Amino acid sequence: MAEIVAQEKHEGGKKKATKGVARVDMTPMVDLMCLLITFFMLTTAFSKPKIMEIVLPEKLKDKDKDKQEAPRIAKSRTINLILGPQNKIYWYPGLVEDPKNPPPLQVADFSDKPTGIRQLLLERNKALFIKIKQFQDSVIAGKKIIPRDSISREIFIANEIRKKKTSDDTGPIVLIKAYKTANYGNFVDILDEMSIIGIARYTFVDINWIEERMVETTLGITPASPQK
Amino acid sequence: MPKIKLPHKSPHIDMTPMVDLFSLLLIFFVLTATFRPQDPAPVDAPFSVSEKPTPDFNNMTVLLAKDGRIFFNIDNGPDTLLKYRNKILAEMGKQYNVEFTPEELRKFEKMTSSFGVPIEKMKEYLNAKNSKEKDALQTGIPIDSLDNQLASWILYSRQVNSNVQASIKGDGKTEFPVVKKVLDIFGEKNVYRFNLITNLEAIKETEGKTQQ
Repeated sequence: MAEIVAQEKHEGGKKKATKGVARVDMTPMVDLMCLLITFFMLTTAFSKPKIMEIVLPEKLKDKDKDKQEAPRIAKSRTINLILGPQNKIYWYPGLVEDPKNPPPLQVADFSDKPTGIRQLLLERNKALFIKIKQFQDSVIAGKKIIPRDSISREIFIANEIRKKKTSDDTGPIVLIKAYKTANYGNFVDILDEMSIIGIARYTFVDINWIEERMVETTLGITPASPQK
Repeated sequence: MPKIKLPHKSPHIDMTPMVDLFSLLLIFFVLTATFRPQDPAPVDAPFSVSEKPTPDFNNMTVLLAKDGRIFFNIDNGPDTLLKYRNKILAEMGKQYNVEFTPEELRKFEKMTSSFGVPIEKMKEYLNAKNSKEKDALQTGIPIDSLDNQLASWILYSRQVNSNVQASIKGDGKTEFPVVKKVLDIFGEKNVYRFNLITNLEAIKETEGKTQQ
């Protein structure tokens, strides 16, 4: 075969092009495909954004009609967190009994250092946190019998943790409030912190004017108008 | 020595396996692609350790931009035949005396991105020719107590699709009073359960957190 081709070449004596092997140049096709792949890779949403669930307390719209009353909680277990400016958290335990002489605010931040809110709450939530941790460890170690398929397993684990949280009666009750200069990031961060520490009872409530004033005094701002 | 003479190789590389591979990749990406709807304003969602993915449908999303503008989005429901968006816009039109043509309703149904247009400008927005014109109209949905259109959107969304869940996607730097206002509006409409849309935090960090 090769010889014949060689002969032809000699006879024609012109160009190699007559070699006549049917080969299509694939390079442009590859180029095009590369482009398309790049396009699809960039537009595909691989990692879906995640969600964090939060349930806010219902508003008592018509107290007399519905005979509703705000739930009563133990003062000794209550911690008030106020989200302040510059990613700081101001907190005080219990409640303000005397508006003229409010308890001093203490400052914490979002880090996991000793100054952070996490250490503070972990200390108070130790009993529950250890319980949840032990449960999770036993799941990982395979001591617990858990459902095989991943969906019912997840539901099972979530339910178990929820059970432990509802039966908890020692951990803190955290009331989250926000001063007006806080931002949305702080709000998400603190809720995230709650789920990390495994706080059983926390909620987001409106800040009242006493607390606003307490923050302002701590910041050194002269209170603008105490009445709301 | 004629034997060592190398054969005259052509510089062509055989592209066929490469093409095969690319075809496969391409088919994979085309089939798995779900298009990311473009947000009308840049929003950097905060991070969290939550691993729950966002639901695919029955979702109304309020987008809080850094500058305080508010956008809204709602999906068409689990079945494209349901055309929830269509119905919601028609209801909104009735409420605010804006007549939408079937053509405009269809355009609204096809849109996937959030919108931040007052309802009076909605007609203009739907008929805008390019994105520049559209962007100019996105002044945010009014949430004043006098003209609370966000509340109406929430109301009609829940009337049309009773399974709808509320999601909030906000920029980390959004001022809190705006967030508060939106939460209050939801509260007025008896929505207390929210999904806050966040990005997943790096694994390394979450690990460190649980270790303590």
